[in-house]
Amino acid sequence: MTALNSKIPPGPLEKKWENFKKTAPLISPTNKRKFNIVVIGSGLAGASAAATLAQEGYQVDCFSFHDSPRRAHSIAAQGGINAAKNYQNDGDSVWRLFYDTLKGGDFRSREANVYRLAEVSLHIIDQCVAQGVPFAREYGGQLANRSFGGAQVSRTFYARGQTGQQLLLGAYGSLSHQIGAGRLRMHTHSEMLDLVVINGHAKGVIIRHLLTGAILRYAADAVVLATGGYSNVYYLSTNARGSNATAIWRSYKRGALFANPCYTQIHPTCIPVAGDYQSKLTLMSESLRNDGRIWVPKKKGDQRLPHQIPQQERDYYLERKYPAYGNLAPRDIASRSAKEVCDQGRGVGPSGLGVYLDFEDSITRLGKKVIEERYGNLFEMYENITGENAYEHPMRIFPALHYTMGGLWVDYHLMSNLPGLYVLGEANFSDHGANRLGASALMQGLADGYFILPYTLGSYLCTQFETKPSIDLPEFEQAQEAVLATTSRLLEVRGSLSAHYFHRELGKILWEHCGMTRSEKSLQEALSEIPKLRERFWKEINVPGSNDSFNKSLEYAGRVADFLELGELLARDALHRRESCGGHFRTEYQRPDGEALRNDELFSCVQAWQYQGEASEPTLLQEPLCYEFVQPGMRNYK
Amino acid sequence: MKSSLNSSSLGQTRAERKLLSFTLRIWRQENSHSPGFFEQLDAKDIPAEASFLEMLDIINDRLIEEKKIPIAFDSDCREGICGTCSMVINGIPQGPGRGAACQVYMRSFSPGSTITIEPYRVKAFPILKDLVVDRSAYDRLIQAGGFISEHTGGAADAATILISKKTADAAMDAAACIGCGACAAACPNSSAMLFVGAKVTHLSLLPQGQPERSERVFSMVHAMDGEGFGNCSNYYACEAICPANISASVIATLNREFIKASITL
Ligand SMILES: Cc1cc2nc3c(=O)[nH]c(=O)nc-3n(C[C@H](O)[C@H](O)[C@H](O)COP(=O)(O)OP(=O)(O)OC[C@H]3O[C@@H](n4cnc5c(N)ncnc54)[C@H](O)[C@@H]3O)c2cc1C
Ligand code: SF4
Ligand code: FES
Repeated sequence: MTALNSKIPPGPLEKKWENFKKTAPLISPTNKRKFNIVVIGSGLAGASAAATLAQEGYQVDCFSFHDSPRRAHSIAAQGGINAAKNYQNDGDSVWRLFYDTLKGGDFRSREANVYRLAEVSLHIIDQCVAQGVPFAREYGGQLANRSFGGAQVSRTFYARGQTGQQLLLGAYGSLSHQIGAGRLRMHTHSEMLDLVVINGHAKGVIIRHLLTGAILRYAADAVVLATGGYSNVYYLSTNARGSNATAIWRSYKRGALFANPCYTQIHPTCIPVAGDYQSKLTLMSESLRNDGRIWVPKKKGDQRLPHQIPQQERDYYLERKYPAYGNLAPRDIASRSAKEVCDQGRGVGPSGLGVYLDFEDSITRLGKKVIEERYGNLFEMYENITGENAYEHPMRIFPALHYTMGGLWVDYHLMSNLPGLYVLGEANFSDHGANRLGASALMQGLADGYFILPYTLGSYLCTQFETKPSIDLPEFEQAQEAVLATTSRLLEVRGSLSAHYFHRELGKILWEHCGMTRSEKSLQEALSEIPKLRERFWKEINVPGSNDSFNKSLEYAGRVADFLELGELLARDALHRRESCGGHFRTEYQRPDGEALRNDELFSCVQAWQYQGEASEPTLLQEPLCYEFVQPGMRNYK
Repeated sequence: MKSSLNSSSLGQTRAERKLLSFTLRIWRQENSHSPGFFEQLDAKDIPAEASFLEMLDIINDRLIEEKKIPIAFDSDCREGICGTCSMVINGIPQGPGRGAACQVYMRSFSPGSTITIEPYRVKAFPILKDLVVDRSAYDRLIQAGGFISEHTGGAADAATILISKKTADAAMDAAACIGCGACAAACPNSSAMLFVGAKVTHLSLLPQGQPERSERVFSMVHAMDGEGFGNCSNYYACEAICPANISASVIATLNREFIKASITL
């Protein structure tokens, strides 16, 4: 059994990172030039890492399946980025951001990692401002902050509703600088389809060039994955269409551990699904819940229009159940409550899967102008998508998959159990435990890429001077053959159904049985249905076109094939975690009042899965979580 | 946009979904070397609430079921921010209305009409397949100097330099560009000046952008000419279609910055 050594440095919490940096081995500038680093992904995590490593003198090759590094899904983040700057002097501190993140994660993350994240957050803002990120400012010229996701302090920095875009363009600027200077090779339209492992170490990748179909080998002294999250395993999510799990999934099949796959986050305020053709779900900012009241009709199957339903026949269920927090109840609680009323047949809209978010009272109280000032752009976006005017009729919203806390297992160095493989950003499992706080994913991606990996990489590389990998090794040959075999197999089925069809069906199974609520029975159901769907996929799919050309259907089919496997692991992990925590709610484990019941005695641990081949079940490894500096408490929002 | 209960799904029950039909005239081209042509396709029974790209998804699924080759088109975020989608709908780059092609909805077309869909026609953006073009020229313009050369880890505390709200807002207006390439596609001269002007304006407004201000504008303009983009002759077609509302005033800024740099360098 692989021992899970998290490599947390000794010493007091506040000193761990500092001590680590003091003693970490350094690689001299002349030696840096000798090391080849492959970075997969150019989102916040990948672009920041690649640019920083190239600037330090490493030989860097960065790959992205997109047509430009600037397209990475990070571009779509809206709300903002947290940092413990305490510019507002409202009592924030590194400790408070650390504690909020740990508590928000329902005490399922490592103290040392989270503390380091909070510490490093200070430098991120400095770095971004220096790059020219136009953060919002006060009239006096100071940086503006807002309170986000129910935080008691204002620590969120933002650039209008386009924070992710501006941060990514900052990192893309640095990346472009290095490319232009000839210090970094950027490979766009290049998809990693396998990891090459030599003597147990990650030493290269197999890339399919998407325009030509060429399958290429790249050797490296270390491989960095920054390939984003896997929400799209549910088919519909707020993620971009192209977001996928292929890089991390295929690395898992080469021996990297997959940690906590069942930790997924569902966002309560998205525009509901309108039909089967729907391709993605659009997030509506959570801030709308500050002034909107959420309700459904009291009566089942009530077909009346909202304004025809009198007050006494409406159920403002969040206000009723959580009088203290009301419509501002946390994301998971708001989402689950919406599901509950829809399951009772009281949902609204054509599909019956929606609840009203009503601004009528706020408009009466504050006037339309105030509401327009606060949310004008959101109302416009809503109208553009749905054709409905939310000043006149209540909005309809429904929860949607938004973020995945799970990912490849990494230690304090951000290295996986496979030496030489580093995993950054949403692709790793590291800092958010069972639930992520708003505005902290951007923070983590940039922390990992700008400030953590550049310090930790040396510890591994200093042991690798003698081991130059060559692409002529049989391991490269074998991995390349394996990729070719998979793509050929996809093309040879020639059934009659599109990859889309199977992806949608998988999404239905997961959403139904492993979504906002999960139970032993529903998870068993998922575990029996997914393999059947997978079998059908390999018999009935039709992938048109050929292997040696630009073939979007082929790219997509490969990603769906991986989702069909990952979905099963997700359900297995959820079944194994017999407790409710953060985004993972098991109906068997709730308190009498319906709130999540955590089980620290048995499950205060990371669940990491190890692949054992197609015919066997994966094995489970556990990393215990020890709380030395804080006492895990229970959440209470009543 | 005007909405009424009739055109929305608010009052609809499950049974009564509105379906629309169209004829598509769509550009098909195997690769950069092969000749292209317009193909006529039926788009029958498209849900009125579907987006334009979802309509193309539906058509593609049907083509796959009929064992035909689907239409290649780019998209990713599908909410108007990533700049990946790129096509010309009825002669308009990124389609009718403000926003990107992914934000166009089928209910805005008259039922039964013929819709023409083709790729951007810009020499510097070669066609790769069907509606997909190669926009890497825009990346190279940024690589030429569209950044601030900041070294990771060396930055001073962000609070040390104050920036007025007005300046920050103006920089943000220009920084909002999504890099979609529609400006060059709309321009009769295939000029990239809205794109370059947006970046130069964003960075030259900010104190952090000052040290490289002159070199930046020089190298970006030089690269723009090198890539084969044309010059601006004040049509303002770019401003009219830009999904990120970039104002043509950034082109004036670009010209001014260029002249200033020519004097000082
Ligand atoms: C709508 C929305 C709003 C959000 N808002 C916020 C917010 O306000 N605040 C916040 O903190 N977080 C927010 N998030 C979360 C946050 O945006 C993401 O978690 C974060 O940006 C992920 O960054 P990343 O660098 O890890 O991955 P990504 O940005 O997803 O980048 C992945 C990169 O990997 C590449 N890639 C993937 N697979 C391969 C492969 N096989 N081969 C080659 N390349 C590959 C892609 O091309 C891309 O370059 C939001 C998320 C969504 C969906
Ligand atoms: S300036 Fe406008 S049209 Fe041109 S690339 Fe930017 S967003 Fe697109
Ligand atoms: S798909 Fe992202 S802008 Fe259209």
